[in-house]
Amino acid sequence: MGIHRGHKARPGEWLAEKFIFLVSLSAILMVLLIFLFVAREALPVFFGETNTALVQKPIPPDELDKHSAAEIESYLEITPDQFAKLPKSTLRTMMDIKVEAQNDIPEDFRNDPDASINTTEWKYLVAPHKWTDYAKPEYIWQPVGQIKKFNIIPLVVGTLKITLIGLIFAVPLAVGAAIYVSQLARPRFREILKPAIELLSGIPSVVVGFFALLVMATALQSIFHYQTRLNAFVAGLALGFAVIPVIFSIAEDALTSVPRAYTQAALALGASRWQTAWQIVLPAALPGVFAAAVLGFGRAIGETMIVLMVCSASVMSWSVFDSARSITTTIAAEMAEAVSGGPHYRILFMLGALLFAATFVSNMIGDFVIHRFKNKLEGKR
Amino acid sequence: MNTLTPSEYLPENTSDTTRLTRNFRAEKFDFWSFFFSGLTGLATLFILGILATILLNIIVNGWGAISWHFVSTIPKKDFFDANTTGVLPMIVGTSFRVIVMTIFVIPVGVITAIYLTEYASHTSILTRIIRAAVNNLAGVPSIVFGLFGLGFFINFIGKNMDDLLHHPNAVWGQPALIWASLTLAVMTLPVVIVATEESLKAIPPGLREASLALGATKLETILKIVLPQALPGIMTGGILAVSRAAGEVAPILFTGVAYYMASLPAHLSDQFMDLGYHIFVLSTQSPNIEQTRPILYATVLVLLMLTFALNIVAILIRARVRKKLRALG
Repeated sequence: MGIHRGHKARPGEWLAEKFIFLVSLSAILMVLLIFLFVAREALPVFFGETNTALVQKPIPPDELDKHSAAEIESYLEITPDQFAKLPKSTLRTMMDIKVEAQNDIPEDFRNDPDASINTTEWKYLVAPHKWTDYAKPEYIWQPVGQIKKFNIIPLVVGTLKITLIGLIFAVPLAVGAAIYVSQLARPRFREILKPAIELLSGIPSVVVGFFALLVMATALQSIFHYQTRLNAFVAGLALGFAVIPVIFSIAEDALTSVPRAYTQAALALGASRWQTAWQIVLPAALPGVFAAAVLGFGRAIGETMIVLMVCSASVMSWSVFDSARSITTTIAAEMAEAVSGGPHYRILFMLGALLFAATFVSNMIGDFVIHRFKNKLEGKR
Repeated sequence: MNTLTPSEYLPENTSDTTRLTRNFRAEKFDFWSFFFSGLTGLATLFILGILATILLNIIVNGWGAISWHFVSTIPKKDFFDANTTGVLPMIVGTSFRVIVMTIFVIPVGVITAIYLTEYASHTSILTRIIRAAVNNLAGVPSIVFGLFGLGFFINFIGKNMDDLLHHPNAVWGQPALIWASLTLAVMTLPVVIVATEESLKAIPPGLREASLALGATKLETILKIVLPQALPGIMTGGILAVSRAAGEVAPILFTGVAYYMASLPAHLSDQFMDLGYHIFVLSTQSPNIEQTRPILYATVLVLLMLTFALNIVAILIRARVRKKLRALG
């Protein structure tokens, strides 16, 4: 809607316009900064610079100069910045302490093969490993204790499980309601129904979580009689409540933007209202409805408080009635305990980066599909 | 050649189109159409039922537990005791962080929207990148904003500020109200941009052209003609951003919220207590959930009143603006 000036801008105005332009770049800047700073804290994991091995080959302090800077940094668990700032004498003292700490490790522990592996290597992050005292290789996320186990697969499975339950519940309901509101309801009802459903998005997620925890969990247990009161099923349904308004708004918008001529033509040919909605309008709006589901997925995997309040035990299981722990929950619950700059902290940031990437991709797909759909309806290529 | 006028081919008294379709529907009854239409209607009812259940449950259980004492008391360390507890610091903390957020997000959001509607060309690649960035920002999970706040505002900006100002102890390089507010400002930026853009687009181009024709410059037109007209829309955006931010907990978990504080936050570098976080604490860490239940419901009701009142105001303003614009154009 740009209006043309038709003459040269005055100096003051020129400055003001440049300022407006610069400020408008802030959204791009923010996305870049988010990416940069979440990735920055996670980078050491990607480059294998973190080390959690308890039993290490000690480096005697007087051999400080014989090893490369990177080796010493990883050995003392310090950043390159700290390495550059700290005087040599302090580094030697730190190495002394390290050697003593190594000598203090009890003998039986030293013989445990798990104590000398670095659990932040990719091999241990994604593949199952047979830990001491376990019968078979297993996926375990257990960031506390002597040997910290950081296998992210249980978290990914937990996230997908809860998200899928939420979507299976939310998509049919939201799309059904969108069809009803946009195609079948009388105009007067429509004006009331649409804002009423969208009001659901005004309920903060911590309140939905509270409701699921106190009311839904008990009610559902008395209906289905399962073992664990707080499980992925309750979390998924509660998550569905949060996603319904998102899917509904986008799907309703897509259905409404189908040209009226389609509907009128179908009705004139003798189709019923339902036949028109199901066979004419819905197929025409299908890309938009699909995009609604994809964007709903993006919203669901990023939801934190609901899942955090309803279920949090990390169990590797696909069963609906078992507890599950999502990526978001893990970050929210464990960041406070993680030592800033330590391996646990880095891995939590890496999980955040994964989450960011996943939602970024699903948003891109959703927006792209909607864009194409709108262009097609307007007859543009 | 004979052409029929509408009065000839339409039956009498059916100039009303809704009436036409209603008659049409009544003529032809098809069981499956009825069945499936009913299903979609039920889906709608079910969603409204969920909404009503949540709201009624909270209002019925929470109303009795709210008292003047409850909203005006600073609780002692053990805030699970229903008789002595209060939520004053949480109300103050939530309001404080939201107000600071507004100061940052409204100007940036409004200026970006002005650029996008008044200056940018629709086809340029830069405009498309800005729009893609706004859409993406809206979809970033709230916990990732929390990580960003921790990694950028606290660990980068805050720590460097401490170094530059030679603070021996961490003043800015730790969780603080300002960092929580800034994190929320980044999160709600798309809400303000989209709402403002919508209201700017709805202003008839004729107004701008008239102003330019009378000799006003483009910037004068925007500041004196376009912006005053768009004010309700900008307010709606601001209110929606505030109501969204007031209920968010995940982004402030690592950037400023405190489990307990004996005094109200007074400075931007203070930590604060928060209504949403307090709900989380009360419902997951209470030693006796049955005793905590009334204060928990009351706290939820206070938060809901805050966010819902704002939401409803935003919806009303928007409805009025749309009606006015429909009358104009």
